[in-house]
Amino acid sequence: MMVSSSAYLILSATIFTIGVLGFLVRRNVLVMFMSIELMLNAVNLAFVALSRQLGSLDGQVVVFLVMTVAAAEAAVGLAIIICLFRNKKSVNVDDFNLMKW
Amino acid sequence: MEILIFSILAIVAVVCSIMVICQKNPVASALFLIATMVSLAMLFLLLNAPFLAVIQIIVYAGAIMVLFLFVIMLLNLRRDEFGPEKRRAQRFFGILFVFLLLIGMVTVIEVGIFGSKSTETVSEATAPAGVEPLAQLLFTKYLFPFELASVLLLVAIVGAVVMAKRRL
Repeated sequence: MMVSSSAYLILSATIFTIGVLGFLVRRNVLVMFMSIELMLNAVNLAFVALSRQLGSLDGQVVVFLVMTVAAAEAAVGLAIIICLFRNKKSVNVDDFNLMKW
Repeated sequence: MEILIFSILAIVAVVCSIMVICQKNPVASALFLIATMVSLAMLFLLLNAPFLAVIQIIVYAGAIMVLFLFVIMLLNLRRDEFGPEKRRAQRFFGILFVFLLLIGMVTVIEVGIFGSKSTETVSEATAPAGVEPLAQLLFTKYLFPFELASVLLLVAIVGAVVMAKRRL
């Protein structure tokens, strides 16, 4: 008995929602960054589930490319966080208000 | 049997991702995020995508999370630098609107996509699993995005070095 694709999509939506919640509620910039990774992972799960549903591999190729972008994003984002910490001595996003009007 | 495995993995993934955003210590968050990613990799195996499962563990749970832990250790945060997170109104409205978002997405999935019963059946001619068909697609139809990804990684390497180095 196969698990239906809608179950996978609902799981994906749940994890995505938890990621959005973490991004909105937490103030620690590292945890906010991890929430973004959580959202990317949830989208990957939806892509793979729909790839099985449609019987084609295109979705899996897209997931492969998403992982590449996530790796690049993590490298650059963490470098930016190191830079910010060096200047402000803080990881709280409320302290990073230099570019706020 | 498959439903049992799916349920266990789904519960582990959801609970661990809730723990990611509830932990005070970023190191604990990172460890729970690794647990989430490993259970998602198992779900990829269940979805007949073994290559992506392995890549998920190597790239996400391996490389990216090691980078995260490395940065957390490098910043050397003391307990008091985690700071107070007292924003009652923001937390309340965050949970409220995120709950509405979840209801909206579940409605779209159940009514919009799978409302008509004809699309519910998983196509019997399932796509072939393994590395070879994926590579076939990656080097023919998706060759340009693949090459673009390599350029993107180069840019990310240069950007990370420029950003993190004190003076070049």
